[in-house]
Amino acid sequence: MPKRVLLGLLLACGLTAPALAQEPKTGGVINAVIQPEPPGLMLAQVQNGPVQMVSGNIFEGLLRYSPKLEPLPELAESWSVSEDAKTYTFKLKKGVTWHDGKPFTAADVLFSMEMLKQTHARARTNLAQVDKIETPDDYTVVFTLKQPFGPFLGIFEVGSMPMVPKHLYEGTDWKTNPYNNAPVGTGPFMFKEWQKGSFIRLVKNPNYHEKGKPYLDEIYWQIIPDAAARSVAYETGKVDVLPGGSVENFDVPRLSKLKDTCVTGAGWEFFSPLAWLWLNNRQGPLADKRVRQAIMYAIDRDFAKDVIWNGLGKVATGPSSSAIKYYTDDVKKYPYDPAKAKALLKEAGYKGEKIRLLPLAYGETWQRWGEAVKQNLQDVGMTIETIATDVAGGNQKIADWDYDIAFTYLYQYGDPALGVGRNYISSNIAKGQVFNNVEGYSNPEIDKLFADGATATPDSKRKEIYDKAQKILVEDVPVAWMLELQFPTITRCKVKNLITTGIGVNDGFKDAWLDK
Amino acid sequence: MLSFVAQRVVKGVIVLLAIVVLNFFLIRLAPGDPAIVMAGEAGASDQIFVKQLREKFGLDKPLPEQLFIYVKGVATLDLGFSFRQQAPVAKLIGERLPATLLLTLTAFAISLTLGILFGTFAARFAGTFLDTGITVFALIFYAMPIFWVALMGILLFSVTFEWLPSFGYETVGANVTGLAHAVDVAKHLIMPAMTLGLFFMATYTRMTRASMLEVKRLDFVKTARAKGLSDAVIQRRHVLRNALLPVVTLAGVHSGTLIGGAVITETVFAWPGIGRLMYDALLQRDYNLLLGVFVICSAMVLIFNLITDLVYRLVDPRIEFAS
Repeated sequence: MPKRVLLGLLLACGLTAPALAQEPKTGGVINAVIQPEPPGLMLAQVQNGPVQMVSGNIFEGLLRYSPKLEPLPELAESWSVSEDAKTYTFKLKKGVTWHDGKPFTAADVLFSMEMLKQTHARARTNLAQVDKIETPDDYTVVFTLKQPFGPFLGIFEVGSMPMVPKHLYEGTDWKTNPYNNAPVGTGPFMFKEWQKGSFIRLVKNPNYHEKGKPYLDEIYWQIIPDAAARSVAYETGKVDVLPGGSVENFDVPRLSKLKDTCVTGAGWEFFSPLAWLWLNNRQGPLADKRVRQAIMYAIDRDFAKDVIWNGLGKVATGPSSSAIKYYTDDVKKYPYDPAKAKALLKEAGYKGEKIRLLPLAYGETWQRWGEAVKQNLQDVGMTIETIATDVAGGNQKIADWDYDIAFTYLYQYGDPALGVGRNYISSNIAKGQVFNNVEGYSNPEIDKLFADGATATPDSKRKEIYDKAQKILVEDVPVAWMLELQFPTITRCKVKNLITTGIGVNDGFKDAWLDK
Repeated sequence: MLSFVAQRVVKGVIVLLAIVVLNFFLIRLAPGDPAIVMAGEAGASDQIFVKQLREKFGLDKPLPEQLFIYVKGVATLDLGFSFRQQAPVAKLIGERLPATLLLTLTAFAISLTLGILFGTFAARFAGTFLDTGITVFALIFYAMPIFWVALMGILLFSVTFEWLPSFGYETVGANVTGLAHAVDVAKHLIMPAMTLGLFFMATYTRMTRASMLEVKRLDFVKTARAKGLSDAVIQRRHVLRNALLPVVTLAGVHSGTLIGGAVITETVFAWPGIGRLMYDALLQRDYNLLLGVFVICSAMVLIFNLITDLVYRLVDPRIEFAS
């Protein structure tokens, strides 16, 4: 790589040596975009993306995760695992207080677990592996599992397991508790004001348990519903941070070239969003594996990456994103090969039956991708009818299995046991719900592999199991994997250390500072 | 007059009830289940979670029972609880109402004032260059989609000239009060109000012009002229006043849609009003919130229709109230 290009890349990533050596400066206000407006800020009860992005500053989890998904201390300062991998002991950090000054203790952890089991679908699934939780003293929490659960240390980030103040919620109706609208956490920033439809204001927590942090005085989350208006807001200097997905992809190159603008794709390692096409395995031509394989060969995924996503992201090789544990690319490959697709369709006896395609109603980028895929499939002789719908209507159709091909993207949460298996195991085939095994793929061998993979020890054994599962799935093509998505975060270059973990902007701004 | 108003109020309540019932079923005819939307947003959708959400929002009850609960609530001025926003619907609407009223009433004032003014000039100088100019000007704003005018306005006045803010209700974090705050809000209001106002202005311009040209041909105008009245007096007291009736009718219809009619403008300019609230509620199938906005909008249409009827009487004293 020419030196100049390398330097350019380093500069763009803000990774030059002087930047790393700089001492953080205290003070200043950051204006960031939040879209859509969060329905609430009580992370234990509402868990969509925007809620976590704002509330990740107010609440905290026991752990954070590095870009390589290694656990890092947050409210837990250390942890240990028993030899049989069934007992996890967390030592909590001392001197941590809630925003109202009350101390954070093991009793809060215990209470949070009880609440989350009822209000947080993902936490409930993860905690199903837990036999009992004990708190031998105020600063120790011991989880005893029913059986070893490989990804257990990966379920404690703030969005998956936010800590809730027991003294404000115990004995109250959680749904109508007034603190849902004025949340109290242990995080680096405190809730100050929410003008619905305009902005959410957070202010520095002066008693934060990490000395010297946070560096910023305030964060304003600005609510701007129109994507073009969000771009203009950045262009005109009204906002400093556009978190990933805030603007349409075709605006990214233009905004990236603006003066004093830095762009990074980092901070999505934990979520690892993977886009694919649900293929309804139950009916019509798509019930035939050869037709599903033909779809993989027929779609030009490099074109989608380079043109529709402006070169961001990576072509997916299978059900796991390359950022999560136990990923392997030692699987069958599906390069863009229309001739092979046509041959497979002929072999499967496809005679031009109509196939319904449901694009994702998440904005212009997704609409364009839908059109590109339709064109790819028509080029190999498939008859495609696009069904236009909004998000709610689309989800309903998918949940009712009333589709042939449908776009989606889902998070993988760092481990195949948390974010991959759920889409392929047959016990997750349940009509009326989205994001489970809606394609109707059923393979007892895959069921067993994912069941074994979650509980196997040591790590090498898990790797072996997931390697095998990935090979089988890529051969069977239950869904058509498209891209490992990358949502670039665009900031003014004066904003430093915004993204320091694998959870990115969803992990709070406690490390961020302004180089004024 | 009092009995006329009383009669209209009773009729209005009946119409409102019919609208509530109709909307209740219409919304549910649209595909999409609020529980599935919310489960999807949570990144997980196990059976227990979806079931819990349905129970929590009363969606597991039979439809007639849900309707009964809702109508009972509306009758006691309780618009219900928003599924998604976890807050009472009345509170959510109340928070957004002032911003919407400020925007739409300003836009309404701009459109009526400019529309009647331009329409009058166009009619007075019919067939001249001024008439053509006004007609073309009005048609441009009528023909262009609102979102386009809004985006071009942002591009010109915010990005290029940097004269006006591109979004929001006020400068976030400015912490100004009193007159400085009013000026700040006014700056933010100019572009959205003009965008919305210019669209409706075109209609009023065309309507006023056509109506005035028609009235000008009538005998009483000739009589007025024969009496030796000045042209200005004839135009103002005889022609315009009589020509205004269709404009008032149209304004009555428009004013009813003031609350919910600014969806696009509010979205593009990030104006924190009811239109956006309704749009979000629609996308998220937030039934109670959507119904609540519809109830308020319907009530506004009925109230403004009543006001329009009363204004008729002021504009044209020959009209009597039928009791």
